[in-house]
Amino acid sequence: MATGELKENRDQPDNSDDPLLGDEPKKHRAKRGVPSGLWLRCDDCGETVFRKTVAENMSVCPVCGYHMYLSAADRIRYLLDEGTFEEWDGNLMPADPLEFFDKKAYAERVVSEQKRTGLRDAALTGTGMIRARRVAVGVTDSAFIMGSMGSVVGERLARLIERATEQDLPLVIVSGSGGGARMHEGILSLMQMAKVSAALARYDEAGGLFISVLTNPTMGGVAASFASLGDLVFAEPKALIGFAGPRTIKATIRLELPEGFQRSEFLLAHGYIDRIVKRADMKSEIARTIDYCGK
Amino acid sequence: MANTSYQLDFEAPLRDLQERIYQLETDDQDSASARDELRAARKALLDKTRDVYSHLDEWQTVRVARHPDRPMFTDYVDLICDEFVELHGDKFFGDDRALRTGFAKIDEFKVMMVGHHKGKTLKERNECYFGCAHPEGYRKAMLKMKKAAKYGLPIICMIDTPGAYPGIGAEERGQAQVIAESMLEMSRLETPIICVVIGEGGSGGALGIGVGDRVAVLEFSYYSVISPEGCAGILWKSHDYAENAAKALKLTSRHLERLGAIDDVIEEPTGGAHRDHYQMAARLKMYLVKTLRELTELPPDELVAQRYEKFRKIGMYLEEAASV
Repeated sequence: MATGELKENRDQPDNSDDPLLGDEPKKHRAKRGVPSGLWLRCDDCGETVFRKTVAENMSVCPVCGYHMYLSAADRIRYLLDEGTFEEWDGNLMPADPLEFFDKKAYAERVVSEQKRTGLRDAALTGTGMIRARRVAVGVTDSAFIMGSMGSVVGERLARLIERATEQDLPLVIVSGSGGGARMHEGILSLMQMAKVSAALARYDEAGGLFISVLTNPTMGGVAASFASLGDLVFAEPKALIGFAGPRTIKATIRLELPEGFQRSEFLLAHGYIDRIVKRADMKSEIARTIDYCGK
Repeated sequence: MANTSYQLDFEAPLRDLQERIYQLETDDQDSASARDELRAARKALLDKTRDVYSHLDEWQTVRVARHPDRPMFTDYVDLICDEFVELHGDKFFGDDRALRTGFAKIDEFKVMMVGHHKGKTLKERNECYFGCAHPEGYRKAMLKMKKAAKYGLPIICMIDTPGAYPGIGAEERGQAQVIAESMLEMSRLETPIICVVIGEGGSGGALGIGVGDRVAVLEFSYYSVISPEGCAGILWKSHDYAENAAKALKLTSRHLERLGAIDDVIEEPTGGAHRDHYQMAARLKMYLVKTLRELTELPPDELVAQRYEKFRKIGMYLEEAASV
């Protein structure tokens, strides 16, 4: 399936359920009187900007350079050469193994998320070209149930990694997940972390090159599995990346968290990221890395 | 008379029966009828205990898994191992007391023991952060497990943690990264690995030492993607719904087995492990020795291949017939 066929009429992710973002002080809560269709308020600098200008700028704020939410389809569009994406395992659909029910049944939640995002689950995987270099590529979309990993995401990534191993392809996985392992599939979600990590161990032994790209946010079980296992780890600027959510940490230690805590720049300073790469440069940086590693 | 050993609310009928027994024991027991009454009361307690514990719901199971008298890592080491030689430190930052490692002997086997420890006294609990390990704990475990593989020692991991520690230092030292790496390394270590959840199996902190050839869960332990409180806080917006969350998460041993996430359930003594440490340790030891005998028969490469396949198969999803 070509990326163009994927639905792109998506709005910003719904963060109301977000354990990490939901509690952040909403400094720039949308005010009445701003037509939501045409204008957009930057989460970082608070400027009101023209939605179309932002879209033309890869969803990067034209005023402060803040990297806003980008859908999986758009990420693939910006990352791969035009028309080269071929989707793998697009026929996988989430089941409801726990018959999970909170305020809403998981089965219903899945359907409404599918409608809202145009995705079947939180990941897109497949193959394509980056400046004429063939790669295996996976992207998680932080809009679909917080970009969390359940059985489908785990299975699609495991198959992607196995195929990259067989076909000796460089592997690029772009992570965006505030939710980590998906609660609604319980223990099965947790075990996907082990499954995907084990597949990466084999890929590593076969000599593969795995470039992990972290975007806002990459947390919990996603951060604590494939996202952290890249041979090289790149991150977009100011992305929230970490294991425990800021709210959990704050509740545990009862102290204010330092400025910029768990942001890309903080992780770079502490030695967990190779490079911070702006969205506009990501494609070139990945192509260059592939060349350096002789893949 | 207060009896601390029946402190959970659903144990109220057991507490009453126990008090009745104490009463009868202190009474004059000269008559045959008094002795019969005592015998009947003891039997009633046993039957009732069996009955209560065979119908525990999810939230009650979580409460049992967290019982302060439940045997911990050091108890099992004392009761199961003929010898334990603790090995400290991650050779990088420090020695995490919440995750302990060391050589041990179990019957004919020399093994590497790895386990979370919650601590018994308040002082020890503080040192252990109540069983929540820091990155240095997982680094230490990874280091010792690699040594075990190098010298051909099987590894036994005992999981008992509410979760990996959520703190500033833990994040600064790469909590996410070490857990990820630990899973990756465990998936390819060429030595038998047995993992047993002995109490709380809390999320990534549990799975960080949970990738093994056999993953077993004690009957009243739980293993979950997130703590019931954490799940309630996110989905119900309040920790008060932990009971609902526990139910929804299907985190008990029988559910886990049915979902294909674990290999074995080890039965607990009547009334739970906290009521009979010796019996529990004996059952666990029997399981470990039997499994060690099976796994040490297999060549290392086959072991690793089987381990991969085991985790590879976990997950439930729908697959539409591929459209061409």
